[in-house]
Amino acid sequence: MNPVQDLIKNLADEHGRTRANLLPILQGVVEQEKYLSEYSMIEIARELNLSAADVYGTATFYSFLEHKKMGTYLIRVCKTITCAMKGKNQILLIIEDMLKIGLGETTSDGKFSLLQTNCLGWCHKAPAMLINDEVYTELTPESVREILTEYLKK
Amino acid sequence: MVAHSYQLKRADFIFKNENDWERILDKTLKRPPQELINELMSSELKGRGGAGFPTGLKWKLTAEDPSDEKFVICNADEGEPGTFKDREILSKVPYKVLMAMAVCGYVIGSQKGYIYLRGEYKFLVPELNKVIQEFEYYCKQIGHQFSIKIFLGSGAYICGEETALFESMEGKRGEPRNKPPYPSSNGYMGKATVVNNVETLAHTFTIFKYGAKKFYDLGVQYSRGSKLFSVSGDTPKPGIYELELGMSLQDFVNEFGDGDTKAVQVGGASGFLVPRKRFEKTTIGYRGKLTGISLPTGGSMMLYNSSRSMYNVLDNYLEFFREESCGQCTPCRVGCQQLHFGIKAVKRGDKPAQYLDKLLKLTETMQLTAKCGLGQSVANSFSSIVENFREEMIY
Ligand SMILES: Cc1cc2nc3c(=O)[nH]c(=O)nc-3n(C[C@H](O)[C@H](O)[C@H](O)COP(=O)(O)O)c2cc1C
Ligand code: SF4
Ligand code: FES
Repeated sequence: MNPVQDLIKNLADEHGRTRANLLPILQGVVEQEKYLSEYSMIEIARELNLSAADVYGTATFYSFLEHKKMGTYLIRVCKTITCAMKGKNQILLIIEDMLKIGLGETTSDGKFSLLQTNCLGWCHKAPAMLINDEVYTELTPESVREILTEYLKK
Repeated sequence: MVAHSYQLKRADFIFKNENDWERILDKTLKRPPQELINELMSSELKGRGGAGFPTGLKWKLTAEDPSDEKFVICNADEGEPGTFKDREILSKVPYKVLMAMAVCGYVIGSQKGYIYLRGEYKFLVPELNKVIQEFEYYCKQIGHQFSIKIFLGSGAYICGEETALFESMEGKRGEPRNKPPYPSSNGYMGKATVVNNVETLAHTFTIFKYGAKKFYDLGVQYSRGSKLFSVSGDTPKPGIYELELGMSLQDFVNEFGDGDTKAVQVGGASGFLVPRKRFEKTTIGYRGKLTGISLPTGGSMMLYNSSRSMYNVLDNYLEFFREESCGQCTPCRVGCQQLHFGIKAVKRGDKPAQYLDKLLKLTETMQLTAKCGLGQSVANSFSSIVENFREEMIY
């Protein structure tokens, strides 16, 4: 078995092999692989005995299930109204400048990807962003630089 | 006619630490289910997720359903722009929510609870799982069968809609179902299910501990109790506040505004924008016989001062709806897109100002024909912004 098959089998063992376990399994693959390849979707379908079309249908619905390989650290900057009012664009510019990538892009070393997302539920501490599952709030140009500098060292 | 003006009244139930929850749970589980339903009914607690359905009635209908298996689901999808209170409850007083779920299970006859937690709050999982483990252990000790599992969302606002939430938990696309049938008979896996918002569940703790009267005495007629408000935007004190229902928006702005408040968005992007001239006449609560306008809300209160362009605000909301529409029905999928293109075209001068009236008609159609609350409620913010700030849409 190759590593992806292994991963999928383990996830299916952990969560179960019915359709109701599909989302946690898809999430598990994305967490490890940083995206859902066509190959992983077909493998998941096989492991759960579902049609590949069903897996594909579910997998393409959710914005956190990526279909393009993302970097080790996926940055999602909130673009909804309060963050937009509180300087989200400036934060984006700094990130783009430091990482030399634009929205939707991944650094050539595969370490960072940059995306925007909708309200993260931290509007009282806007602007906010996620790096993987970690939340960063009340961002300022200085604090974003500091945060990214730390990640660049990792 | 001038609306009643109610002073802003703070309350402090939700975040109050209750060290005796185990005793309260024991006591509550010894009361007959019907008595607990009556307690909830007489408190007049209404759902805090936005729709305001009476919680006691919801539990009663589900309790009466003959389903062989039933479920209790805590809706922690919290995706409405400007709402951030449910996360705070789950991090500060999670045991209240777990206890409420177990009591609901006891009342309706269910041994299985789920918390549908938005993926954006994944960082809460380890701590929450710890509390759940301790809680389940305690339930077992007192001989009560109830398990709780966290189900993580994956970045889809629509999954907060209860039937889309079921679909998502069943491993499908989060596309809302037709209603009826309602969750009280056909919910998760086609079984009778109670879906309650995190805050609603936390309020039931207060009611079971202190009695319905304590809760009922807060607020005003038709809008009883307190409610958490998520306050953000142009305000010197953004944050989460527990206030009694029934306050006038003017009192709210006096307390939270920055002295230059031009408008308040009540209820998030799917709610209403209230301009300054209507602050006095608007109260916050469920629709009832209050004079003036009464606006229900999941608690999102976004303040905008005079430096803000209402065009930019609407543009941002419409982008949100376009992205978050599940795309299942045409009025919503195409409607959101057309509204967004439409205001841009008017702004650019490619369409005459009268085109806005066409767009307003379109939102009326969406309100009538869209399948779920998302498509139906786009009209709320669209018409309240376009009608009150027409100039800003054009120039
Ligand atoms: C588009 C849409 C999104 C919703 N999102 C949420 C949500 O994030 N959290 C929530 O509790 N209710 C949400 N609701 C309302 C739920 O469908 C449901 O009415 C609610 O969870 C019931 O709980 P309650 O009676 O305790 O309020 C949403 C409704 C719609 C139409
Ligand atoms: S109204 Fe919108 S979100 Fe609701 S079912 Fe139709 S397309 Fe989906
Ligand atoms: S608008 Fe960005 S966190 Fe809510």
